Amino acid sequence: MNWRGIWAIYNFEMGRTWRTIGQSIASPVISTVLYFIVFGAAIGSRIQAINDIPYGAFIVPGLVMLTILGQSISNASFGIYFPRFTGTIYEILSAPLSYVEIIIGYVGAAASKSVLIGVIVLITAAFFVPMRIMHPFWMLFFLVMTSITFSLMGFIIGIWADGFEKLQLIPLLIVTPLTFLGGSFYSINMLPEFWRGVSMLNPVVYLVSGFRWSFYEHGDVSLATSVMMITAFTTISIAIIAWMFRTGYRLRK
Amino acid sequence: MPDFMPDPAVNANAITISALYKTYDNGFKALAGIDLEIKRGEIFALLGPNGAGKTTLINAVCGIVQPSSGHIRVCGYDNAVQYRAARSAIGLVPQELTTDAFESVWNTVSFSRGLFGKPKNPATIEKILKDLSLWDKKDEQIRKLSGGMKRRVMIAKALSHEPQVLFLDEPTAGVDVELRKSMWAQVRALRETGVTVILTTHYIEEAEEMADRIGVINKGQLVLTEEKNALMQKMGKRQMVFTLRDAIQAIPPALSAYGLALAENGAKLIYTYNTHQASHDVSDMMDVLKANNIRPKEIDSRSSSLEEIFIELVGA
Ligand SMILES: Nc1ncnc2c1ncn2[C@@H]1O[C@H](COP(=O)(O)OP(=O)(O)OP(=O)(O)O)[C@@H](O)[C@H]1O
Ligand SMILES: [Mg+2]
Repeated sequence: MNWRGIWAIYNFEMGRTWRTIGQSIASPVISTVLYFIVFGAAIGSRIQAINDIPYGAFIVPGLVMLTILGQSISNASFGIYFPRFTGTIYEILSAPLSYVEIIIGYVGAAASKSVLIGVIVLITAAFFVPMRIMHPFWMLFFLVMTSITFSLMGFIIGIWADGFEKLQLIPLLIVTPLTFLGGSFYSINMLPEFWRGVSMLNPVVYLVSGFRWSFYEHGDVSLATSVMMITAFTTISIAIIAWMFRTGYRLRK
Repeated sequence: MPDFMPDPAVNANAITISALYKTYDNGFKALAGIDLEIKRGEIFALLGPNGAGKTTLINAVCGIVQPSSGHIRVCGYDNAVQYRAARSAIGLVPQELTTDAFESVWNTVSFSRGLFGKPKNPATIEKILKDLSLWDKKDEQIRKLSGGMKRRVMIAKALSHEPQVLFLDEPTAGVDVELRKSMWAQVRALRETGVTVILTTHYIEEAEEMADRIGVINKGQLVLTEEKNALMQKMGKRQMVFTLRDAIQAIPPALSAYGLALAENGAKLIYTYNTHQASHDVSDMMDVLKANNIRPKEIDSRSSSLEEIFIELVGA
C-alpha cells in the first residue's frame, strides 16, 4: 500500500476543510440552531412526547443524520469532481496509487469531515435540549458507517457528473426528499398504514432509526435490521465503485 | 510488494513502446501502431503538428490514457502490470497549466512527493525550488503567480519525487526567451544526473538545441526517429549564396547541372545542395563560374533548420 500517497490525498482534502473552516462548520451549526428554534422551541413545545421522549430531544438524532448525509455527499462529490474539472486529476492518475488507495484518501477525508460536523451538531443540540446517549458504541457505529457510505455515494456522483448541475442534481432530487421523509422529524409509526409501508422502502429510515435507538433505545425498526441495512448500503456503494474503476469509467480516457 | 523494489533491470531502456494503439471513445484513432525505444540518459524530442498524438502518447505512458492495445515498459517495468514501479519512475509536466490555485508552492510540491510515496525531504524540495528560481515564492498561493512561474511550479511538482524519466509536454509554451534558455540549461543539468528527458515542442529550434534524438509523429504514427545530427545531415540542405561583383541576366548553360538560382535581380546566385551528395564539388563549379566571367565578391553558407526539414517531412 502507498500509505504516504493516501496520506497526501487525505491531508490535501482536510486542508481544504481547514481553509474554509468558517463555512465548513458555521453553516451546519446555523441550520441546526434554526431547526431547534423552529421545531424544538416554537412548534415542538406543542407536540406531545414521542415514546416518552420530548419532541426537542426526539429530533436530535434525525438532525445529525440529515446534516451528515448532506455533508458527506457534497464533500465527497466535490472532492473528486473538482480535480476532474480543473485537470489536476492528472497527477493522481499518474501517481503509483491503486484505485483503492485513491478512494481511501478521498472518501476517508470526506467521512472524517462528516463525523466531525456530526459531533459539532450534537454538541450544539446539547445546548438546547437535555440529551442522553445510552449506547455510545452504536451511536459512533452509525455515525461513522453513515458518513463512509454516503461519502462513497458522493464519490460515485463526483465521478459520474460531467457538469456542476449534475453534481447538485442527485442530492436535490433524491437525497433531500429521502432524508426529510426518513423519519427525522417524526416516528414512521405515527404514519397511516399505507405510508408506513412506503416509508420502509426509504433507506434513510433505517439509518435514522438505528441512530435514534443508540440514543434512546427506541427505534422504528429493530437494531439488527438497521445494522443489516447500513452494511448492505456500504456493500452496494463499494460494488458500484469497484465496477466504475474496473472499467476505467470516466477517469482514464 | 515486489513491484516496488529497486530497479533490477538497470540496463533496460528508459522507455520501450511496442505496437501501441489508442482509439478514443468517440472512435478517433489517436495512435496507430507506435514502436519506440528511448535509451537511458537520452533527451528525446517528439515533434509533430497539432493533433498528431504527442500528448496521447505521453499520457498513455504515464497512465492517464488507457491504451487500446500494445505494451509500454518504463525502466523495464510494464506500465499496466507493474504500474507502481513504472509510474514511480516518471515525472510528468502536462501541456495544460493545471494547478491547485489556493495551495502554496511549497505545499503543492510536497503534496506531489507524497503522492508518489516518497518520505518527506525538505532539503530536496528546497533544492528543486531554488534551481527553478521559485524559492522566494515558496509560501505564495499559486493563483498569485505569473503564467511562467506556474509552469515552473509544475516542473517542480514533476521533479519532487526524483524521477528517472521526465516528460515535458510543451514545457516552454508561453515562456519568454530568457526563461526558455534557463529551462534548457536545467534540462541539460538533469540529464547530467542520469535523467531521461522526453519533450514535445512546436519550437523546432528547441529540439535542435536540446535533443539527442528526434521522433516525428503525424496522424498517430511515427514518421521517423533519428539521431538529431544524422537527421540534419541526411535531410539537411546547405545553401551557398554568392554575391556577385556584377549582376548577371541569366545563368549560363554551362552551369545548368548545378541547379543554381538567381536572386535580387541577378545580384545573387544561390547554390542549393545536399550535404550527403558527394557528386558536387564546389571548386569545379567555381572554375565554371570563372570561365563564364562570373565573379563572386562574397560567399555565404548556411544549413537548413530543422523546421524546414520538418515541414518537408510532414508536408510530403
Ligand atoms: N479525450 C479525447 N477524446 C477524443 N479524441 C481525443 C481526446 N483527446 C485527444 N483526442 C484527439 O486525438 C488527437 C491527438 O491529440 P493529442 O492531444 O495527442 O495531439 P497533440 O499531438 O498533443 O497535439 P498538440 O500539438 O495540439 O498538443 C487529436 O485529434 C484530438 O482531437
Ligand atoms: Mg499535445
